[in-house]
Amino acid sequence: MSEPVVQRPVLAPDAPPAPDAPASLGEPVFRLRGVGVAYGGTPAVRDIDLDVRANEITALIGPSGCGKSTVLRCLNRMNDLVLDARVGGQVLYHGQDIYASHVDPVEVRKLVGMVFQKPNPFPKSIFDNIAFGPRVLGMKGSMDEIVERALRRAALWDEVKDRLEQSAYGMSGGQQQRLCIARALATDPDVILMDEPCSALDPISTARIEDLLLELRRNYAIVIVTHNMQQAARVSDRTAFFTVDEARVGHVVEMDATERIFQNPADPRTEAYVTGKVG
Amino acid sequence: MSTTTASSSPSRPARRLGEARPRYGERVIKALLLLCAAVSVATTAGIVVALAGPTIEFLGEVPLNDFLFGTDWRPLFSPADFGVLPLVTATIVVTACALVVCIPFGLGSAVYLSEYARPGVRKALKPVLEVLAGIPTVVYGFFALTFLTPTLEKVWLFGDPPSVFNALAAGLVMGVMILPTVASLSEDAMAAVPQSLRQGAYALGASNRIVATKIVVPAALSGIVASFVLAISRAVGETMIVLIAAGGTPNLSLNPAEAMQTMTAFIAAAGLGDQSTGSIGYQTIFAVGALLFIATFVMNIFSIRLVRKYREVYE
Amino acid sequence: MSTTRIAPASQRERALGGLFRAALLVSVAVGILTLVWLILSILIEGGPRIDGDVIARFPSSNPELAGAQSAIMGTIWVVGLTALITIPVGVGAAVYLEEYADRERWWNRLIELNIQNLAAVPSIVYGILGLAFFVRGFLGLGQTVLAAALTLSLLVLPIVIISSREAIRAVPDSIRHGALALGATQWQTIWRQVLPGAIPGMATGSILALSRAIGEAAPLVLLGGLTFITFNPEALDSAFTVLPIQIFNWISRPQEEFHVLAAAAIVVLLVLLVAMNAVAIFLRNKYQRKW
Repeated sequence: MSEPVVQRPVLAPDAPPAPDAPASLGEPVFRLRGVGVAYGGTPAVRDIDLDVRANEITALIGPSGCGKSTVLRCLNRMNDLVLDARVGGQVLYHGQDIYASHVDPVEVRKLVGMVFQKPNPFPKSIFDNIAFGPRVLGMKGSMDEIVERALRRAALWDEVKDRLEQSAYGMSGGQQQRLCIARALATDPDVILMDEPCSALDPISTARIEDLLLELRRNYAIVIVTHNMQQAARVSDRTAFFTVDEARVGHVVEMDATERIFQNPADPRTEAYVTGKVG
Repeated sequence: MSTTTASSSPSRPARRLGEARPRYGERVIKALLLLCAAVSVATTAGIVVALAGPTIEFLGEVPLNDFLFGTDWRPLFSPADFGVLPLVTATIVVTACALVVCIPFGLGSAVYLSEYARPGVRKALKPVLEVLAGIPTVVYGFFALTFLTPTLEKVWLFGDPPSVFNALAAGLVMGVMILPTVASLSEDAMAAVPQSLRQGAYALGASNRIVATKIVVPAALSGIVASFVLAISRAVGETMIVLIAAGGTPNLSLNPAEAMQTMTAFIAAAGLGDQSTGSIGYQTIFAVGALLFIATFVMNIFSIRLVRKYREVYE
Repeated sequence: MSTTRIAPASQRERALGGLFRAALLVSVAVGILTLVWLILSILIEGGPRIDGDVIARFPSSNPELAGAQSAIMGTIWVVGLTALITIPVGVGAAVYLEEYADRERWWNRLIELNIQNLAAVPSIVYGILGLAFFVRGFLGLGQTVLAAALTLSLLVLPIVIISSREAIRAVPDSIRHGALALGATQWQTIWRQVLPGAIPGMATGSILALSRAIGEAAPLVLLGGLTFITFNPEALDSAFTVLPIQIFNWISRPQEEFHVLAAAAIVVLLVLLVAMNAVAIFLRNKYQRKW
C-alpha cells in the first residue's frame, strides 16, 4: 500500500507567532546520532551527536576546518552533490531518517532551507528569485502573496516593494543576503540552515541580520555556523563547539546552553577557544 | 657620471650608469612582429578587394535587383539569367536541415556534459566530440552520398523519396559535423555559470532537471545563442558536403528531398570549370562569394558580441 | 504551519526527470553513433582496396591500376610548405599581440577583431582570395604548390595565432620579470625565456592547425588542384593535387570501383590525421609544464 502523497496545505494568512516554547518540549527538529562524513575515503567528521530544537538558534562554532559546514550540509543532504562524499550514522528529521534508501534528497531540501556564506541570488528579478522555490514545489496560492509574505518575514518588504521587477543584482550585499533568506523562507520550511551568513557583509548589515534571526526564531529552528564568537554568544540559545583530533578528523567537543559554553565550559579546549587563547 | 666615493674599495671599478643607447635591433624586431600580426588585416583587406572588383563589374552588367531577387540562375546559358535566389534558398534549406540536428543534439550534449556527466564520463566523451569535428568535410560528403541517401530512400515514408542528390542528406550530415561546435561553446557558457547559483537552487529543493533548464541554461543564454549563430555561419559556408551530396543544378525549391545547388557549391563548381579571367562566368564566382562573405561576416560579428556579453556578466 | 513529513519522491517528477535525462543521452548518442556508422561504412566500403597499392600507384582512368601516390605526395608538399609559412608568421603575430601590443590602441584592437573574424570565414572564400591574388592577378603563380600553400597558410593562420597566444599567456609573468630584472632586453627575454616555455603549447596548436589544412579541399578546388595529376610535385611551381581533392575526384566518377578507391584513400587520410593528432596529444602530455 503506497503512502499517500502529502499535499502541502494552502498557506493560511499569517498565524500569530508561536509563543516562546520551552526548549525541551516535544521532539527535536533534527537528531544526529553517530554521524560521520568522509570525502574520497578520508574522514572529515566523526561521532557527531547533536540535537536541533524548534524555536531555537543552535550555533556551531570552532576553528576552521573542523567540519562545521560539513555537518550543516548533512542536514539537507547537500553533501550528496559532492561526488565521493559518504555519510554514515543517523540523521533524523522529526523522527524520519533522511538518509533512508527510499528518501529522495530533493524532497528533504524542500522542507529545510539554507542560506550560504556569500549571497547567491539568481540573475532574475527580485520577484522571480523569491517565487522560484514555490514554483518549483508547485505550491498553490497567489505568488504575489507568497512573495510578499516571505519578504516581510525577512524584513525586506518595505525596501523593495516598489521594485520587485528589478534585477536582484542591483541590491547591496546586505540586501542580497536578506533576499536569500526570504527566498529560503518562501518554501515554508520549519528549519533554516545558515553557513556563516554574515561573514561577507559589513557590520551594519550583520547587525540587521542578527536582529532578523532573533525575530525568525519565533517561528523557525535555526542552525548557524559561525566563526564570530560574539555573534554566537549574542544570538544563539545553544552552542556546539567543534575541534579536530590528532587524526585531523572533526568532532563535537561539547554542546550546551550558550551561556554555559561561554561562561563556564566543561572542557578546557572549549575554554581555550572561547576566551581567545586558541583558534 | 657618478664620482667614486672615498669609501669604495680600490679593487672594484666604479660602476657607471651607461648612456641609453637606442636599441635598433629591438625596434626592428618589434616592427617585424607587427608585420606578422598585420597579415591578418591584410588578409581581410585582400578578401574585400578581391571580392569587390569583379563584383562591381558584375553589377555593372546585371542590376542588383535582378541579382538578389531573380528566380533563375543560368549564368552560362544564353540568354543568361542571374537571379541568385535559387542558390540562396538552397543554402537556407540545407542550413535548416543541419540546424535540426546540431541545435537540439548539440545543446543536449552540452547540458549532459555540464550538468549530468561524472568527470570520468566527461573526459571520455569530449575527445569523441572533437574527433567528429576533425573529420574532413570530403569524408562527410562521401558518407552522405554513399550511405545516408540510400538509407533515407529505404526508410522514406511519405511523398517522393529523396533523389540521389538531395539537400536533406547533406544537411543532416552537416548537422552532425557542426554538433561539436554547438556542444563545446554552449558547455563553455554553462561552465561559466557560478557553482553558487546551482547550490542555491538545489538547496531550495530543485531537481537536476530544474536546475539545468531554469537556472543554468537561462544564465548561459547569450553564450548558447552565440554558438547557434556560429553554427548557422558554418553551415552557410560549408562547401564539400553540398558539392558532393546536395546537387549541381540550381533549383528554387524548399523541398529538402530534391537536389539543389547552394551558393558554396556553385562557387566551387564554377571554379572547377576554369573560367577565363574577366569573363562574366568568372565574375559570378566573386559576386556570389561577396554575398556569402557578407552574410557570414554579419553573423560572426553578432556571435563575437554575444560571447563578449556573457563573458562580462560573470567577471 | 505546514507539513514536516518528507514526501515520497513524486512520480511525476521522477518521470519527467527520467525522460529529460534520456533525451540528453540520445543527444550524445547521435554524435557517437553517427561517428561509428561513418567509420565502419568507410572501412567496409574501402576494404578491398586498402593495401599498399593505394599508396604506391598513381591515378589512372582504369580503377584497377589507380592509386593515390601523387595526391599523398602533393599533400605532404603543400602542407609542409604551409607549415613553413604559417608557423613563423603565426607565432610572430602571437608574440607581438601578447608581449608588445598596447591593448588600448585602436590598431591592435583592429588586429584582434580581424583574427577572430577570419577564424570563422568560410574556407571557400579563402579560395577566392587565393584565386584572385596568388593564382591569377597580383602574384600570378598559376595553379601551383606555392599558391596552394600560401592560401592554406592564410586559412589556418588564425588557429596558429590563437593557440600560440594561449601558450604564451600560460607562461607566468614572474619568469619575464626575473629575466628583465637581470638586465635582459624585451626580445632577449622573449627569445630565451618565454618562447621556450611556450613551445609545447605552440607545437600542439600548430599540429592541430595543420590537421585542419590536410583535410581542406574547398579552397584548393578553386585553385585548380583538380586536374588529372599523375606525378609527384617536384618544385614550388609544380602543379599538384592533394588527398581530399583526389578523393573528391574519385567520388565524382560514376564507376563503383572508383568509390571503393575513394573509401580506401579516405582511410589513408584518416590514418594520417590520427597520427598527427596522436603526436600532438603525446607532445602535450609529455611536455606540458605545470607552472
